[in-house]
Amino acid sequence: MNIVVLLKQVPSTESFIEIADDGVSIKTDNVKMVINPYDEFAVEEAIRLKEAHGGSVTILSVGREKTTESIRTALAMGADSGVLIQDSAAEGCDSLGIARILAAALKDIPFDLIIAGQRAVDDDNFQVGVAVAEYLKIPHVSMVIKEEITDGKIRCHRTVEGGTVILETSLPALFTTQRGLNEPRYASLPGIMKAKKKPLDIKTLADIGLDAEKAGKPMTKIMAVKYPPEREGGTIIDGDSAQAKAAALVRVLHEKAKVI
Amino acid sequence: MSQQCVLAIAEQSDAAFRKITYEVLSEGRRIANSLGCPLTAVVLGAGEDISKELGEYGADRILVADNQALREYVNDAYTNVIADIIDKENPCVVILGASTQGKELSARIAARINAPLAMDCVAVQVENGNLVITRPMYGGKILADVALDGNPQIAAIRPNSMSIVKTAGAGSVEKLEVDLGKTDLTFVEKNLETGKVELTEADVIISGGRGMGGSDFSVIEELADLLKGAVGASRSAVDEGWRPVSDQVGQTGKVVSPNLYVACGISGAIQHLAGMSSSRVIAAINKDPDAPIFSKADYGIVGDLFEIVPLVIDETKKIKA
Ligand SMILES: Cc1cc2nc3c(=O)[nH]c(=O)nc-3n(C[C@H](O)[C@H](O)[C@H](O)COP(=O)(O)OP(=O)(O)OC[C@H]3O[C@@H](n4cnc5c(N)ncnc54)[C@H](O)[C@@H]3O)c2cc1C
Ligand SMILES: Nc1ncnc2c1ncn2[C@@H]1O[C@H](COP(=O)(O)O)[C@@H](O)[C@H]1O
Repeated sequence: MNIVVLLKQVPSTESFIEIADDGVSIKTDNVKMVINPYDEFAVEEAIRLKEAHGGSVTILSVGREKTTESIRTALAMGADSGVLIQDSAAEGCDSLGIARILAAALKDIPFDLIIAGQRAVDDDNFQVGVAVAEYLKIPHVSMVIKEEITDGKIRCHRTVEGGTVILETSLPALFTTQRGLNEPRYASLPGIMKAKKKPLDIKTLADIGLDAEKAGKPMTKIMAVKYPPEREGGTIIDGDSAQAKAAALVRVLHEKAKVI
Repeated sequence: MSQQCVLAIAEQSDAAFRKITYEVLSEGRRIANSLGCPLTAVVLGAGEDISKELGEYGADRILVADNQALREYVNDAYTNVIADIIDKENPCVVILGASTQGKELSARIAARINAPLAMDCVAVQVENGNLVITRPMYGGKILADVALDGNPQIAAIRPNSMSIVKTAGAGSVEKLEVDLGKTDLTFVEKNLETGKVELTEADVIISGGRGMGGSDFSVIEELADLLKGAVGASRSAVDEGWRPVSDQVGQTGKVVSPNLYVACGISGAIQHLAGMSSSRVIAAINKDPDAPIFSKADYGIVGDLFEIVPLVIDETKKIKA
């Protein structure tokens, strides 16, 4: 089974995000970049499926040169090869633009299954994986915590508000990950050594047959970014006893905040 | 262009509207007013009897496709049907909830019809006939104002962030015959916990973290029940196996915006804050006076949660009595 993982490199979740001078982007100079946590679940699941069913795992990403580091990490975990689409024209794309590029790149990569993250924790867009499935005209299931593949069919447990729904479809298909699917492994030292020799192709938009001008035209545009309102924070409720503190908290929540 | 409408997609589960539906209709009405155009609601898989109610939230027309095959939401059939409706109604704006359903449905529709989509909007403005929306990014560490350019413009709004407004009036209900089109997905079954308040829709959330010390969350559950709220958890509590993954609040869990969030035995790591810092009021109970959660909490109590929470329950009962 040929599995492709859509992987995005993002700032690590503990990073302090600072707005750049242009007022529309963020400073990336001193930010630690990692594999999007949801894509890490995707890499892990792909490797487990390969271990169970045979086949190969290809990592596909649109990103800057630095993204090769994250692809190498995925290769060290056990993926077989990587493809990075690196083109300055891709940088102006919105989610649908990125999805179109990924779908175009997938014309040259054989696949039975595509796994993406439910969202990238930088733009939190929840769009790219689903849009790729639409462009490829294949079914998708999102926010999957468990899947089983038998006889060319995939059965997915998808999380919804208040529970789960089970859906089935035939391959080729795409699913997006949810926490709970698996615990991603760490790359081992031998894995890291092997990863250095695994193929990692870097391609431009022209290489995958896309017109750079058209691919980049976004329909959504960030006009400004700002920090959320500072939370005032910090009335520590004092009192002579635990009883007095609890009573004071309930009173203020009831009378002042009017939330209970 | 004045004949265009705002199209609001309702969301039902077992023939009852989810709360987000009222938020979507109310916000849709506000946008329609700004644009000076009618509001059309779409209901799939539920009856005309329940659909009538949407008129009270501002729908001028209510299109109902009570098809048996649409009772359970499945993304491909829903995408096909809604894309057809969009084609016929030619809306300038499509609004829906950024629920687990709306998130994938909106993305699939946007790609199908090549329309701009803004996910998880917390505010929507109309500027020169176009939408400019505000949405959190980087786990809520920043807010972005995003301009949409295209037709229709799709806004998926974050649950619990827009107010529900009733308006006098009754929309006209129209029955739709729909074609499900080509579908590949088969709905097998669903397993929903009945009676449980969904975190993303809850007005009150009481969360427990590693400070709970074990899987006994009964004090937290009791307070949550008393306030008709939901129980949440930090990732540590989930990693310990004390709570299901579906209870996790944070950057890799659920993003919640209740009226009241009470963090018990939670330190306030940046990834946890990402999931709950847009709550209206935050209270924290932690025995460490230096816990970072206190810098975000409106009200804090330094103390042992196993001592404080039962007292909070007693005091709340007194107020409710
Ligand atoms: C990629 C990534 C994603 C992550 N995503 C999330 C996420 O989505 N959500 C999330 O929550 N975390 C997330 N984390 C984990 C996060 O960094 C923290 O480790 C986690 O939130 C800590 O949980 P905690 O506050 O329960 O535990 P701790 O940090 O151990 O805090 C426990 C607190 O309980 C207090 N305490 C102990 N006993 C008592 C008592 N009897 N009474 C009162 N107080 C007591 C202590 O003083 C302490 O402050 C993520 C981490 C990474 C790396
Ligand atoms: N630039 C990219 N390259 C490869 N995959 C991506 C890229 N952007 C997004 N994705 C995939 O789409 C998912 C959802 O991303 P998003 O829609 O940006 O929240 C991610 O978890 C990835 O699997």
